[in-house]
Amino acid sequence: MQEIGNEKLKEIYTTMLRIRAFEERAIVEYRKGLCPGFIHPSIGQEASPAAVCAFLRDDDYILTTHRGHGDIIAKGARFDKMMAELFAKETGYCKGRGGSMHIVAPDLNMLGATAIVGAGVPIASGVALACKMQNLDRVTICFLSDGATCTGAFHEGLGMAAIWDLPVVFVCENNQYAMSTPQRDYTKLENLADRTKAHGVPGISVDGNDAVAVAKVASKAIEMAREGGGPTFINAITYRYYGHHMGDPGTSYRTKEEIEEWRKRDPIKRLQDRLLQAKIVTESEIEDIKASLTRELDEAVKFATESPEPKTEDALNNVYYIAE
Amino acid sequence: MPELTYREALREALREEMKRDESVFILGEDIAEYGSAYKVTQGLVEEFGHDRIRNTPLAESGIAGAALGAALVGMRPVAEIMYIDFSLLALDQIFNQIAKFRYMTGGVVKVPLVIRTQGGGGRSAGLHHSQSLEALYTHIPGLMVVMPATPYDAKGLLKSSIREDNPVIFIEHKGLYGQSGTVPEEEYLVPLGKAEVKRQGKDITVVAYSNSLILALKAAETLEKDGISLEVVDPRTLRPLDEDTILNSVEKTGRLMVVHEACKTGGFGAEIAAIVAEKAFDYLDAPIKRVAALDSPIPFNPKLEDYVLPNENDIIRGALELMGKELPEQ
Repeated sequence: MQEIGNEKLKEIYTTMLRIRAFEERAIVEYRKGLCPGFIHPSIGQEASPAAVCAFLRDDDYILTTHRGHGDIIAKGARFDKMMAELFAKETGYCKGRGGSMHIVAPDLNMLGATAIVGAGVPIASGVALACKMQNLDRVTICFLSDGATCTGAFHEGLGMAAIWDLPVVFVCENNQYAMSTPQRDYTKLENLADRTKAHGVPGISVDGNDAVAVAKVASKAIEMAREGGGPTFINAITYRYYGHHMGDPGTSYRTKEEIEEWRKRDPIKRLQDRLLQAKIVTESEIEDIKASLTRELDEAVKFATESPEPKTEDALNNVYYIAE
Repeated sequence: MPELTYREALREALREEMKRDESVFILGEDIAEYGSAYKVTQGLVEEFGHDRIRNTPLAESGIAGAALGAALVGMRPVAEIMYIDFSLLALDQIFNQIAKFRYMTGGVVKVPLVIRTQGGGGRSAGLHHSQSLEALYTHIPGLMVVMPATPYDAKGLLKSSIREDNPVIFIEHKGLYGQSGTVPEEEYLVPLGKAEVKRQGKDITVVAYSNSLILALKAAETLEKDGISLEVVDPRTLRPLDEDTILNSVEKTGRLMVVHEACKTGGFGAEIAAIVAEKAFDYLDAPIKRVAALDSPIPFNPKLEDYVLPNENDIIRGALELMGKELPEQ
């Protein structure tokens, strides 16, 4: 804990609270029928995005997945524009064209969430390649799921990052299930990080529910990437409390006991206990943070509710860029 | 004006645009010392170095994805996919990511990238090196699709494609690389989305692109001797399609034939036929004719390949039919 620094730890903790508060509220609004389509909550997985993004500069890039709310919030996304996107409103990050699975915030160098599992990997390598070719000392984080490591795109993108020593860190938010399929059914490997041996990329497995452990690994990987040392793959083992998406109770392929067991290892509670014990935060500070998050979310929901929907006559805008 | 081959014209376009704009770079398989499968990039690595003439692993999805990522961060990648048949390995990146990225962001980003590839048969290259798959790409909103037939158009269209702020699928034809044509020394661009009437005529509008344009022009010469006058229109860009030039020509001739090397069912000719039926039905004096490949994989055997692919004679017979003339024996 010492080497991370108290301020950084507090920042990570606060980000984790932000992610969870947003997603819990999104679920409430979704259940009211206010968010069309699908929502894929990442509740339980907050340690990785918070601990990784804590070591990024504003001009560093991230890419994420259909389960990306946490990663996007960790990069600094605003609740109001995110909630508006979930509500399919014109004021959302994608003007209501993307939705929960596709939030993009170029102003935050958050370059998109793809709902095709694994597809972000080569794109991230391309972003990192462009940074390297333009001598920008920016690092790209590619968040991906464990299921993504089965795809061809993962291996193609990782291979390019390796041979070109690209400044990219692949962060596998390994919730141990590719939708409903457990790791033992999709690979013979016990350690998913071993996949990267095939590409000569360092693969590090870490307790993805231990924010401090993730922070240590991520900060080193980011530093290495920035200094020209090439890519790293981080296998952060974690768990999602909910099902694949809100329509899946998540219990047909996981036992209630297993879910309960993982809830006991809750990443927020774990860091909170350590911070309280070390007197880095106090109970009353935590209450203040949570109260402020509730206010921010009330405002965000109000903003999303009151925002206009896109106009149908604008449906075809931006299929192509048209020079003015 | 100097004569250049289609291959040289493409190489000149790449060279000029790379000199003009440092953000332009090429990535693809075997494009550096090897000079690419059809030698379009030959010599460019000596001039621009390995950073900008970037050999990639054999990974089409990776190539297309990396091109997208680079395009999002200030570069103008020109990705080469060796054969259009291989581009099928990259379709998730092209259809789901590249084509949709701008729309997904509500218009906040541009995606300035070109995917250069080549298709077509006629060389016994077999089932996985001979297809004409342009219709797949024209079906996806967000993509532009360019198919040049002449060295002049190849150069001017490739330069425009590289400067374009939308993703462009640039489809060359393997049978055209050695064809020569006049190409001016001074700089010029051919705009995307503009067809060209390659031959004026009065009896039948023939819309043909890529190698089929060459066949159509030859057929037009032959038919002229029989007193049938073809007006040959090269759309050059399939998306966006210059409908006006086609419709104006049909208004003039009253007859339409579409020629392409792709197989007939679901081919782009069906789209052109439908547009003319929707918008110029009253001008038509005869049913629309499509001359296309038979609905078959491209056979290896040269005789069978010839049989499956459309040729000059098919165009001539189609024209005679449209004009109500007697068909010569096969």
